[in-house]
Amino acid sequence: MPAPDEAVLARRGEIVAAMRAIVAGEGVIDKADELRPYESDALTAYRQPPMVVVLPETTEQVAAILRWCHANRVKVVPRGAGTSLSGGALPLADGVLLGMARFNRILEVDYADRLVVVQPGVTNLAITRAVEDEGFYYAPDPSSQIACTIGGNVAENSGGVHCLKYGLTTNNVLGVEFVTIEGEVLRIGGRGLEPAGLDLLGVIVGSEGLLGVVTEVTVRILPRPETARALLIGFPEVEGAGRCVADVIAAGIIPAGMEMMDKPAVHAAEAFVQVGYPLDVEALLIVELDGPAAECNHLLEEVEKIARANGAISIRISADDDERVAFWAGRKAAFPAAGRLAPDYLCMDGTIPRRRLPDVLTRMCALSGQYGLGVINVFHAGDGNLHPLILYDANKPGELEQAEAFGADILRLCVEVGGVLTGEHGVGVEKRDLMPVMFSPVDLAQQQRVKCAFDPELLLNPGKMFPELHRCAELGRMHVHRGALPFPDLPRF
Amino acid sequence: MADPIRPDSADALAAIVAEAARDGARLRLRGGGSKDAIGAPTPDARIVDMRGFSGVVDYDPPELVLTVQAGTPLAEVQALVADKGQMLAFDPFDHGAILDGAVGGATIGGIVAAGVAGPTRVSRGAARDHLLGFVGVSGRGERFVAGAKVVKNVTGYDLPKLITGSWGRLAAITELTLKVLPAPRLRLTLGVTGLDPAAAISAMARAMGSAAEVSAAAHLQDWNGAPLTAIRLDGFPSSVEARAALLTRLVDGIAPLADEEAARLWPAITTAAPLPAGVPLWRIIAPAAQMPNVIPAINGAWLLDWAGGLLWLASADDPQAIRAAAMQAGGHAMLVRADAETRAIVPALHPQPNMLAALEERVRRAFDPAGVFETGRF
Repeated sequence: MPAPDEAVLARRGEIVAAMRAIVAGEGVIDKADELRPYESDALTAYRQPPMVVVLPETTEQVAAILRWCHANRVKVVPRGAGTSLSGGALPLADGVLLGMARFNRILEVDYADRLVVVQPGVTNLAITRAVEDEGFYYAPDPSSQIACTIGGNVAENSGGVHCLKYGLTTNNVLGVEFVTIEGEVLRIGGRGLEPAGLDLLGVIVGSEGLLGVVTEVTVRILPRPETARALLIGFPEVEGAGRCVADVIAAGIIPAGMEMMDKPAVHAAEAFVQVGYPLDVEALLIVELDGPAAECNHLLEEVEKIARANGAISIRISADDDERVAFWAGRKAAFPAAGRLAPDYLCMDGTIPRRRLPDVLTRMCALSGQYGLGVINVFHAGDGNLHPLILYDANKPGELEQAEAFGADILRLCVEVGGVLTGEHGVGVEKRDLMPVMFSPVDLAQQQRVKCAFDPELLLNPGKMFPELHRCAELGRMHVHRGALPFPDLPRF
Repeated sequence: MADPIRPDSADALAAIVAEAARDGARLRLRGGGSKDAIGAPTPDARIVDMRGFSGVVDYDPPELVLTVQAGTPLAEVQALVADKGQMLAFDPFDHGAILDGAVGGATIGGIVAAGVAGPTRVSRGAARDHLLGFVGVSGRGERFVAGAKVVKNVTGYDLPKLITGSWGRLAAITELTLKVLPAPRLRLTLGVTGLDPAAAISAMARAMGSAAEVSAAAHLQDWNGAPLTAIRLDGFPSSVEARAALLTRLVDGIAPLADEEAARLWPAITTAAPLPAGVPLWRIIAPAAQMPNVIPAINGAWLLDWAGGLLWLASADDPQAIRAAAMQAGGHAMLVRADAETRAIVPALHPQPNMLAALEERVRRAFDPAGVFETGRF
């Protein structure tokens, strides 16, 4: 992280007082023991207590905080529920941590236009809970959905197991209220299907808190599919499972979810939750289909045929919803199950072209041997998003560093085969230094110029996403011919 | 005016842009010219013809990913994916049909730059939802890459979203990667006649909010002499059949249209063909539930797409009155077709509030500091 600015640290008392002048009472936290709960997010390998935590309740307070911080050159780190897996909400020693937890109200549900207006501190699952009685739901379902907030989802462009069919956060958000570092309150997008002008919403979603602070979100809701059924399919080798996935899609089927687990993951999950996973397989697929019963029945048959043609050795089809949920229980327990295999694990998040899966798994296995660290693999197979869990013990000297080096090698491998560093967890601090593996200096400079258009002093969440922060002036302003843009005085109305 | 320049490599294009930036020249990016008649005339801008960037780079149907050079004709791309049973799910279309009747000019780069999406936008999203990555040349004359070539990616800023619908004002797209999806086996359109706009929007909202999984829904003021509300179901035959049964329970009087009529209907809706030519054509986007308030506020012929969220309006009314009505409903209005005199003074894109306009300006300068792509067209 950037070295703390001593001059700012020396002004701590003044900064805390300024925050108290904006947010009264318990909304400002500055005692060391009370700052501790904020020292990390879900990437717990990185810890840093913030200078001060501010918990505003209104957009006006957020604007006042940002305006003051901007005027006084104080850095700001926004935070939702702190469930980021990439360190997106890691605090700064010389920065204000802007917690949005008090923005916890659902403001409006509109079934006619199928949208919900919420404050950013509302949890992902709470949106679905608010509309499920009317038969609707909010589609993106990150695994942390019970805790993570919609504001954090917007910052990270969160996905989930259903995003091949239903999209990521960016495909399900219609508009935001957004406060710039200068304290301007903007409405971007709205309730209609498309905004006027540039798609600024598209770049705000997934910007990891580097462009501004979202104070209200309008999301689309969808009618709940009539039925959902799942198949649990075991394969004697990974290649067959990979071909099965490709053939399902080639047959014109986009499953609601399509997950793969490798043998170690299957064994770990089964030992943890005992849901009857077959243990004699090298790869296990869960394929979920949703829609009208007639469609599910038809597609179940199709998928079963494709699985058999690719050498499946065990196939179970959920008879009822309890069984479908049981199929998922093991997959959803993969992370805690990994926690029983080793004291610590690192969860990686690369995406690859699916056709490269067997090759990538083979090379990952070789890396596992090289580093002497175990790895288990769960995989959003439909969209090629890998989640290798690297097992290690942080109490053994050097093992965290080894695990991180192993993880970095896996992500380099993902990029090498045509994939990316992160499919849904974000860059944050975790993958920041790997950005040059995927992007050239010119590519990164162009991204950072967008940052400069929103936050020229680089005060919002610095140290995340970009391997090095160039001062905006260094990124070069080009000469504007005769100092003017064309047609400044054309009549416009 | 100088002849169009036609580069065939990103390096050549980068040199052209860099030179223009040094000289204070303006470049207007152009594919096949199908949208030439949108926006203010730009007599001072040099045209850069992007059709030198043509051809398929990579297409692997089971990966659902297509990489293609930006100047490739839309029709060629659609034929390529259709041949593999797939589609561009955002329903892009050629503006030639709307503007001058000459179809076939649209390029895939132009489609993305203009954010073109047809009727299924309401269910499957817009071009922005399907652009995964691109290679472009910024106004600085630098070739850069953004996004990626896999369907799921959050690495770095989502510049593909920003470039989509930016109308050539940020960068010249030379190559782009799109998500493609399986094409439905069956399309079935059901229709009900005689509804007024409010009743039609309400019926479409009921359908959209049901398990019928509606792909597209539109309402025409006049189709064969009467108002028609049309709802389309796409998918596997057994599924479409079950959903059609559900729809007939939800919407009184709705019944399947003959295939040949449906085959005429959707292209007509997509290009607003039933509306009179020779009158300014507007595209108003607003929340569907507000549209019944917009329609009576304006004189003109219209049709509703996107389950009521898109109003195509042919109207000679005062542009300010049209824009005010759209804003009153929480929406905005784009001027798609008008004579050159009108386009010279009425901006095509709906003007933004001041603070937002200033932010957009800073974002444009982030890509194009010298204003090479600021031709005055928008």
